[in-house]
Formats: sequence, structure tokens, C-alpha cells
Amino acid sequence: MATKEKSKISKEVLLDLHRRMVRIRLLEEAAGRLASEAKIPGFIHLYVGEEAVAAGGCVALTEEDQITSTHRGHGHLVAKGGLFKPMMAEFMGRATGYCKGKGGSMHISDLDLGMLGANGIVGAGVPHAVGAAFANKYRKNNLVTMAFFGDGATNIGAFHEAANMACALHLPVIFMCENNEYAEYTPRDRVMAITDVADRAVAYGMPGVIVDGMDVVAVYEAAKAAVERARNGEGPSMIECKTYRFYNHAGVNAFGTPYRTDEEVREWMERDPVKLFEAQLELAKVLTTEEAQAIHNEIQGEVDEAIEYAEASPMPDPLTDMLTDVYTEAS
Amino acid sequence: MAVTETETEERVIRYNEAFTETLQELMREDPDIFIAGEDVGRYGGVFQSFAGLNAEFGDERVVDTPIAEQAIIGLGIGAAAMGLRPIVDLMFMDFVMVAMDQIANQAAKMKYMYGGKASLPLTITTTAGAGLGAAAQHSQSLEAWLIHVPGLKVVYPSNAYDLKGLLVSCVRDDNPTIITLHKKMLGSKAHVPEGLYEIPLGVANIVRPGTDVTVVAIGKMVDEAKKAADILSEEGIDIEIIDPRSLLPFDTETVVQSAKKTNRIVIVHEAVRNGGIGAEIAAQIQEEAFDYLDAPIARVGAPFSPVPFSPALEMSYVPSAESIIEGVRGVLHRIA
Repeated sequence: MATKEKSKISKEVLLDLHRRMVRIRLLEEAAGRLASEAKIPGFIHLYVGEEAVAAGGCVALTEEDQITSTHRGHGHLVAKGGLFKPMMAEFMGRATGYCKGKGGSMHISDLDLGMLGANGIVGAGVPHAVGAAFANKYRKNNLVTMAFFGDGATNIGAFHEAANMACALHLPVIFMCENNEYAEYTPRDRVMAITDVADRAVAYGMPGVIVDGMDVVAVYEAAKAAVERARNGEGPSMIECKTYRFYNHAGVNAFGTPYRTDEEVREWMERDPVKLFEAQLELAKVLTTEEAQAIHNEIQGEVDEAIEYAEASPMPDPLTDMLTDVYTEAS
Repeated sequence: MAVTETETEERVIRYNEAFTETLQELMREDPDIFIAGEDVGRYGGVFQSFAGLNAEFGDERVVDTPIAEQAIIGLGIGAAAMGLRPIVDLMFMDFVMVAMDQIANQAAKMKYMYGGKASLPLTITTTAGAGLGAAAQHSQSLEAWLIHVPGLKVVYPSNAYDLKGLLVSCVRDDNPTIITLHKKMLGSKAHVPEGLYEIPLGVANIVRPGTDVTVVAIGKMVDEAKKAADILSEEGIDIEIIDPRSLLPFDTETVVQSAKKTNRIVIVHEAVRNGGIGAEIAAQIQEEAFDYLDAPIARVGAPFSPVPFSPALEMSYVPSAESIIEGVRGVLHRIA
């Protein structure tokens, strides 16, 4: 973060970026612990390491703007304003969860927050972002839609179809790529002949920029420019955030795997986006170490409360809940 | 041409015209409705089913899309989630496969996965059916694939009148619906009133009451069943024809009541028999009315091959009045 650029961003925004990142980190670390204790059933895809992307992207949006998400969606929902209690309850399959226990971690969402859903099918959410952006343009409401997706998703047909359609129809979409260098457990260079996903943008007719995905300010500034473009009717943009997933594709292990080296993981952890930003904020006299710690403590308290709430929440009832919400009943 | 006054009172239009007119009337009524699909805009659709709509409603509401079936359905999903009422077109039902993730994994499941918050008032229009020499990838009837998916509604109108009423119900429904036109019926004519009316989804139509055998016929097979009924009635065989109209939800009750009356059932659809909707209907009937049956339930469908190209093969491939008659004779032959 160059000092010159930083000065353009208000303290309020800097603290907002920080808070959203810490919220994601602490919720995810707790979710990881609970998953390893088998208190969270099913698959879990942790967002730890990629916080700057969701936070930087969502701070550039208004509350009314929409996002679409991925199988790694906890961070996106938190960044869009998701509350811990219904999130934790959903992770644990409780009736009080955001999805009434019917979606779980992989389908976490809150449409009322403009978070149109985490998705178990890689790339499948991207066309929905195009549809939401179409609705925004149709209604002339000046809102925009941001599609989060990984580098792996840019190899699937739905992504290409959606990117082309968004550009052809000139829709207010921001394509926000989290390039964490691995498509599940396969290194990017085994499945893509290009290094930079952003190179693909030109093929559809939109600008593509590359930013350091561990630098939340860099992400925010790129997102802000793309959002502005979209709002001004200048069409879609793509942002490629170079980032890293601290844990495995699924589960809570970071080290000792055959698909990436521990050394590489440690190098990226040295560039922990939360720690990097806190160091920058301290240097810029925006936030002291003590103040940062107080924020962590406050948010950790909220996480702990959410765990208590979730554990005390009822499970859905097979007799009454199985068949509800399959269809919308006629009003 | 001699047209008496009574004949002019009942307006008769083509199936395809009924489709276009219904879209036009719906769009005039509800500004949240838009249409998107391949060739639907400037050109008016490959079967001219959307003719004139782009001219009336503009590029914003009748949208030419790339040839990109996943993105077409996805566009509808995202826009429907935001409260619009999209009508998206898959030119041929065979293209359902290209878009199946968006249909079955996304549109159908979104409400459930997201805890009831997503209502998707999305209508998918498409065309099914063989008989045009369109061969293996432009001729299929794939309703069986779709009725397997909780969250969808699947509709297959057999005539222009039903097409209008069912299309209105689909578009006004707050769930993802798929309405399948039959390509060979686009020119078929029926009395269709002006103005919008609804035919509820999940209510079968007893097309022809009868006493001896129940024939459950789907889509264009209803016409073939009528032809079969005329021929059989000359022999004193009185068949009851039921057109389910909506395949999901399915009006089990009406079919079961008929089975209890006639005790003999033939199910006819254009898709291959194996794993076809006939199997599901037969299973439902035997669950509810096993003790009433005087013969095994017969299924008439296409042979288990892709749709062939050559007219010599295709004509024999598609079930006809003759194959329905054969099916009826088969169940009558059995004396309980």
C-alpha cells in the first residue's frame, strides 16, 4: 500500500476493510475447529488467507448491490453483512440457520443481503450474477453485481458463457477472480496454459486487471474502479486477485500434503492479509496494536456467542421440514 | 370459401400463434416479464414463435442471446431471484442437456438450499418432438429427465387452447416451470379465446370419456389417441383419453379414478419407453389401483434408439394411432 494512495481512502473505509477481514478470519478459524471436532457435518471449505478479496470487493459495494459466491462462500457472506449466529447455526445444520439447515456451509446465503448464494457447482454462480445485473439494468436502479469465483472456475463453460453474455449485453457486472493457484488440489499450471486469469478478459471485450490479493487496499481500489465503471454504464470488468488458500481445498489441514509444499504454504502465510493490513494501519497511525486486539476480542466474543446460539438451536424436524421450501406455494 | 356465421364466432388460431399471442398479452400486462434466448429477438425465433415481439417490446424486453444455454438459464435465474419474471427459451428440448446444471442443480434447488428465500418465477420455453427429419439431437422429448427433479414444474400442452392457458399459469407461477411445445403441432388449429386465461398446473383433462380402456396420452400423442379412438369406436371399443397436460405436478387422482372405472390402461408418449414418464405413471396407478386392474398396464413409446433421420425410419419410430390401437388391443385381449 503506497502512502500516497492510502491517503485517498478515509479512515472509516480502512477500519471497515479491517473489521470485515477480521470477522471472516475469526469465524473461519472457529468453523475449522468445530469441523475438526465433528460439530459441523459435511464438507467445509475455509476462506482463511483470501479475506482481502471478499472484504475489498464488498466494501466497494453498497448494501443493495448483489454478489454471487462459490463453494468457499463463508467469507463472501460475512463481507456482505452476514450475521454470525444464523451462519454458525447453518454450519451445524440447525433450523435457525440462514438456510434452515437445508443448505449448510456449501450453500450458505442470505438473499436479503444481496448474497445470492454459495454454490456447490464450480462456476455455476457466475451466470446468476449476469442475470442479477440484467435485472439491475432492466430496472435502471443503478445497482451492480459482483461475481466471486476461483481460477478453477474460469476453465468451466458456464464462466465463459456468462462472461461473454455480460459483455455482449453490456451489463453492470464485476468479475472478481480469486486466483489461489489451485483448482481444488491441482496446481493451476497443470490445468491452464496461462499464468494470469486476467488475460482472458480481453477475449470477451472487458478490461482485466491483476492485483495483489493479499493487499486489501489494492483489492478495494480495483473493485471501486470497476464498480464505478459498471454504475456508469460502461459494462463489465474483471479483477484477478492473486491470493492463497491457507488450508486445503476442503477441511482444516494446511500442511503435509502432496499437492503443494509446506514451504510454499509458509511463504504465503508470511503474507497473511490480516497481519499485513494491521501492520500498515499501525504504521499509518490508523489503528494501534492494542486497538486491533480489542477489535479481535470483540469479534471473538461475537463468534463465541454464535457458537453457543447454534449449539442451543434446534435441529430441523424431518416430519415438518423435509418437504417445505421445495416449491413456492401460490399466494 | 363458405364460412357460416356460427363458425366465425369461435376464433380458431394455430398453436404457434397462440404461443406468440399469449406472450404478447402477458408482456403488455406485466412489465417485469422479459424474453431471452437464441434468435428470439430480431428474427422472431427459428419457428417464428416470437415473431413481432421484439418490434413491439424492444431489445430490452426481447433479448437476443449468445448460443450459450447455461448462461441463458443462468440469466433467467439471476433475474428471477431479483424479482423479474423471465421467460427464457431453449430452442430445442435436446439443448436441455447443455443447460442441465443450471436447470436441475441451480433453478430447481435454489429455494430449498437457501432456506426458502429464493422464489424463482422463471419460465423455460422449449420445443420437443420428432417427425421433422431433424434427427437425433433436435427431435427428443425429454420430459422424463425433468420430472425427476424436485423443484421444477413440467408442462406439455397438446393443443392451442391448453397451450395458452398453461403458458399463462407457468409465467404467473413463482416456481421454475418448463413448458414444452411440440414442433409438429405448431400449425395445428384450435379455438383459442382472445385475452388471458389460466389452466391450473396439475389438473388433467379428460379429452374423451370412455368405458373400456384408459389411454393416458402426452403432447402430440393426444391427437394420435383421438384417431385411435375413432377407429376403435367403429368396433365398439370405447376408450377414455386423459391428457395430463402438466407432468409435474401430475394429476394422479384423475388417472387413478379412470383406472378404477375402465380397469385397463395404456400410456402413450413419444419418448423412448425405457425410463419414460410412462413407467412413473404406471407405478403410481398400480400403487393406488392395483386391485382394479384387469390387465398389466401397457406402455406405448418409441423404440430404444436415438431418433433416426430417414423418413422411412422416423415414421415408424414415432408412436401413432396404429401403435396405440395395438396397445389397446393388447390390454383388452387379457380377460380377467
